[in-house]
Formats: sequence, structure tokens, C-alpha cells
Amino acid sequence: MSVTDTYQPLPDTGGPAQPLIRVSGLQKYFPVRGGILGRTQAKVQAVDGVSFEVKKGETLGIVGESGCGKSTTAKLLIGLVEKDKGEIVFDGHALGERLSLKDLRRGVQMVFQDSYATLNPRLTILDSVAFGAKVQGLDNPEDLARKMMDRVGLDPDRFAHRYPHELSGGQRQRVNIARALAMSPRLVVLDEAVSALDKSVEAQVLNLLNDLREEFGLTYVFISHDLNVVRYISDRILVMYLGEVVEVAPVESIWHEQAHPYTRSLFSAMPSMDPDNRTKEPPLAGDPPNPINPPSGCRFHTRCRFASAVCREAVPKLSGLARNGDHMVACHLHDAESGHPKAGQGVPE
Amino acid sequence: MTKLLEMKNLNVRFKGKRTVHAINDVSLSMEQGETLALLGESGSGKSVTLKTLLGLLPPKRSEIDGSIHVNGTDIMSLRGKALQRYRGGEVSMVFQEPALALDPVYTVGHQIAESVMRHKGVNKAEAMSTALDMLDRVRIPSANRRLHNYPHELSGGMRQRVMIALALACRPRLLLADEPTTALDATVQIQILLLLRELQKEFGMGVIFVTHDIGVAVEISERIAVMYAGQVVEEGTTHEIIRDARHPYTQGLLAANLHDVARGERLNAIPGAPPALEVRPDSCPFAPRCPVAMPECAAGLPPLHLPSDRRRVACLRAAQPLAAE
Repeated sequence: MSVTDTYQPLPDTGGPAQPLIRVSGLQKYFPVRGGILGRTQAKVQAVDGVSFEVKKGETLGIVGESGCGKSTTAKLLIGLVEKDKGEIVFDGHALGERLSLKDLRRGVQMVFQDSYATLNPRLTILDSVAFGAKVQGLDNPEDLARKMMDRVGLDPDRFAHRYPHELSGGQRQRVNIARALAMSPRLVVLDEAVSALDKSVEAQVLNLLNDLREEFGLTYVFISHDLNVVRYISDRILVMYLGEVVEVAPVESIWHEQAHPYTRSLFSAMPSMDPDNRTKEPPLAGDPPNPINPPSGCRFHTRCRFASAVCREAVPKLSGLARNGDHMVACHLHDAESGHPKAGQGVPE
Repeated sequence: MTKLLEMKNLNVRFKGKRTVHAINDVSLSMEQGETLALLGESGSGKSVTLKTLLGLLPPKRSEIDGSIHVNGTDIMSLRGKALQRYRGGEVSMVFQEPALALDPVYTVGHQIAESVMRHKGVNKAEAMSTALDMLDRVRIPSANRRLHNYPHELSGGMRQRVMIALALACRPRLLLADEPTTALDATVQIQILLLLRELQKEFGMGVIFVTHDIGVAVEISERIAVMYAGQVVEEGTTHEIIRDARHPYTQGLLAANLHDVARGERLNAIPGAPPALEVRPDSCPFAPRCPVAMPECAAGLPPLHLPSDRRRVACLRAAQPLAAE
């Protein structure tokens, strides 16, 4: 029996047209406690009104700087962090209504950045990989775990009884992938899953992820700060800034034209890889603002070269570009009625 | 003019429960005011090379041999006061994690001033004014106020600027930078890289920049030395390394950067993992992973191929056209 036959995902309910996961108005504020009484003194607005959907078989890449809420979004997606507001709908079933948290985690699994911290140091590799499947009551969890280890390139006879500290970073990340897949998920959330790996190992793991996606018909949400990696693996890219979505578009479209000034800065901050044509000026000054007190209106206005009065006051809505509705952006420059002096002309050079 | 750095046949071995041959026969030389990137993956020996240069390796557990001269001074023989003058005066270092490298209980101004007082023998007031000047030079806005801030009150990018100000306060001839931008966001990383580039020109100092990111190396350095398994496998100008990489490992690293790869196309990944270095490599350490390895590669260490002045490639294949292409 091949490993594909042992894969027992939840059945597809809505057909290919229904998005696999849809979130709307997702919000999470973390309280900052302090003082003698430990009262809430402020709130970190980690994720604020985030909406998006991921189609079946698609890979959505999420990019943004630290503190922009990408990891919180990932944790909300699999219920590791409880949402304040908003809706998560997995294949037509809303979480908390027709879908329990346990069922959600059957359908959605996650791979984290730190491959060592996310494995129990006292469990053997085989026990770790089989753990989730046991909890969910799947058939033959250990047999499944062995097959999955073999599939991700870890010989079960050599590795099954080792402990996490005996493995290299690349091997541990393969264990984490095997553990996620042992649950036969339909969606895998990869939160900076290859960022801690050396470049040569990263390429091996990316090849593996591509193969697994095809073999098991997986859907990925791929979070990374490395734009080259995100471009390579994703179909669409979502850009976050201080807890909000500022742009979401198909890869080719966003690579060709970054419609939001922040996205453009993020892209120009990539090293040039051309010794004759090195970067001359940093695209942005300073660090991202603190998400405890995010700027009013458009949260990017404090660092934006094109900000005007309206950007400080009104929150721009995420909407499709006139010539390409799939390319969504939240910027007053693209909204002819926003009142921005340069509105409707797109982002100036 | 004396060479800024002349490192000859450096070997570093760590003893303990298991022995690690961290650096194996590394030679490097730098002219005054040059920027060199040490490029390599984890365990390739880049950070150990920097630590050896500052004499920071634990003396009881490491065996070092070879010779290192900085500005003509033999630094292996430095002890006591002379070593203190050298560290932070002649050569200083910027670390990867500024939050750990700065002292949390002193203000940043105090920390910079302390180093200035120690090396230049000036009084506190003068040292503080040097500190202020340095914060200005690393483009920290409202430096006057920031002088009295503690490290935790600053953002990551700001802290790294303070680290750089601290390292440069005594005008070292050589700055060692150990992945100083790895922990930073991309938009902040590029700011710090450009700042280092400007300050390097302004002060005319040499810089050794350790990184695992080829893109970063291209932005910052004139020359690149690629390290693998504690050896320098290829060295040349940035231009030569990017446009005409000769060592299969360098070529593999360039391909793994995904800069120009089509979406979803199968990546030409280097298989396997680097050797553990429990024994000193006596043949090409890359041969087991190399796509163009020949039986001769396992027979002994590859001879250095020297295509041009100051360019070297440690590969048997480098002398002949690569069969894989």
C-alpha cells in the first residue's frame, strides 16, 4: 500500500469552486498588562480586520515585516490563538458552528519556524509523528507515521527511535512536515518553515513541499519574509502591514507592478544581486511603528512618500484595481473618489 | 603599505567531548580599506574566523595554530594590556544580536563613552560628546535624547545602529561584522547595509562581513571568500564570484538563492548536508555532495587553482570547463 493510499483527508464538501478556507474580519488584540494590579494598560493590535480566502490547491504567500501580524494570522487559522472577532470558514463550515476545533485541526496543520522548539525533546521521532494521528483516532497511526517519514526522505528504520536533538535542522524540519501530514490535512500553514535553514537545505525542503503538494492535493498558506522564496512557491501573495492587509494579488501581477507604496518599498529592499547595480538608497527610513498605537487612517502614512491629509484620516478600503480586479490594494492613490490630490493615477515613480 | 590583514594557514580545533576541526588551513589577506565578505552556511567556520581575529575563543578548549598579522602586529602573541588595546581600538566587532551584545543596565551613551575613555584616555565629558557625535554619524534621529536611553527603549534597527556607533567610536582600522543584519527586517537591513557602506568609505577602514546571504554580500563587499567545512573554497572580487563562480559549491549557493528561478520549477538543490568535521578533511570536503565529482576528488585535498591575481578556487574541476554545463 503506498503512502497516498493511507492518506485519509476530510472529504471535499463544496466542490472546487468553494474556497478551502475563507476568513473575514479577523481581529486579535493582545492585552498588555502592567502595574501592581496587572490591569490591561494597552492593546497590541496584532491582526485587525483581515479577510482573505484560499482556493483549493492554491498556495497563498503572506509577507510583511516583523510585528505585521503574519504569524498571529497563521495561529488564528488553526485555532492556536482565539480570535476576538471575525469568521473562519473551512470548506463551507464555519468554525464554532458546524466545525469543532478538533475537526479544524484535522483539516488544517501547521509547520513552525523553529524546528527544535516545536518537537517534544522526550518523544522519539516516531512518537512525535504519530501523536496527532493517535489523538484523532486514525487507523494504524504508527504505520502511517513510518510511511510519512519515508515519504519526506527520512528512513524510518534509521530515524524512528532517535530524539530531536540527534537530528540536523533540515532533518527536524522534515519531521515537522511528516508530523503535519500524518494528520492527512487538506491545508498546511507553513510559518517561516524554511527560514532557519541553510540555503542549500532550504532548496531541498522547497522541492519536497512542491512534490507533496502535488501528491496529496494540498493547499498551502506560506508565510515568509523572503520574497524570492514566496514568489517561487506561491500562486498569490498577500502583503500585511501592522495587522492589516494592504495588497493581495497573483504573483505575476504583483511582481510586475506593486500597487501599494509599502509593497513597492518591500520589494526594493531586496538585495539587488547585481554588483554593477547595487542599491543606492534605502526605500524606507526607520523601523515599522509600534502596533500598540498604530497610526490613524492608513497605517502606512507615517512612512509613505505620497501621504496626504486624507491618508491620516480615512482608512483605505481593500479593492480591485480598475484594469485587474484580482489585484487588490488598500491605498487612497488607487481610489479616484478618495480625495487624495493624486488619486486615481496609481503610485507615482 | 603594510597589509591590513595577513592570515596564514590558520587552523582551529575545539577539544571537548568530541573534537571539531572548525578551521582548516585558512589563509586570507586584505589591503587597507578593503571590504571582504565571508560567505558560508552554518558550521562553515565564518564566525570562528572572526572570533579568532579578536582572540575571543575559549583558550582552554581551543587549539589554534597559524599566523595572523593585523597592520603588521602579530596578534597571536598579544596578551594582557596589549590585547585590551587591540580589541576595540585596532579591531572591533558588531554582533548579530544587538539586544544581547549591549549591556541592559547602562544607557547607550554611557556604553559608548566607556569604550572611548578606555581607549583614548579622555575624561567623561569629552567621551560623551564623542558618543553623541557617533550617534549622529550612524543617523540616529534626535541623538541627544537617545544618548540617555537604555537598549530596551530602542527598536532593533536602532540598537544595531548603536552597536555600530560603539564599534566605530575608537576608529578601528578593521571592523568585523558577524551577520549584523540577519535579525533585522528587510527594509531595515538595507538601511544598515547602506549605512555601513557609507561609514566604511568615510572612515577608510577595512571590513570583514560574515553572512550566509549572497545578496547581502553583493550589497556590502568588494571581495567575497566562500567558506565550506572550515576552508576557503573560492575567493575573488564580488563581480567574479557572482558572474563567474568556478567552484561547484558556490554555483550551488547561487542557484539556491532563487533570484531568477521560475515559479514551481524544480530547484537544483545541493543534496545532503555538510560534513561534521570530527576528523580533519583529507580530501575535498564537498566531493560527497558535488554534482561533478570525479574519483580523483576523494584522493586528496584539491590543489588551489589561481586563475588571476588574488583569485583562487580549490577545485580540481576549476582548471577545466565544467562537464555539467
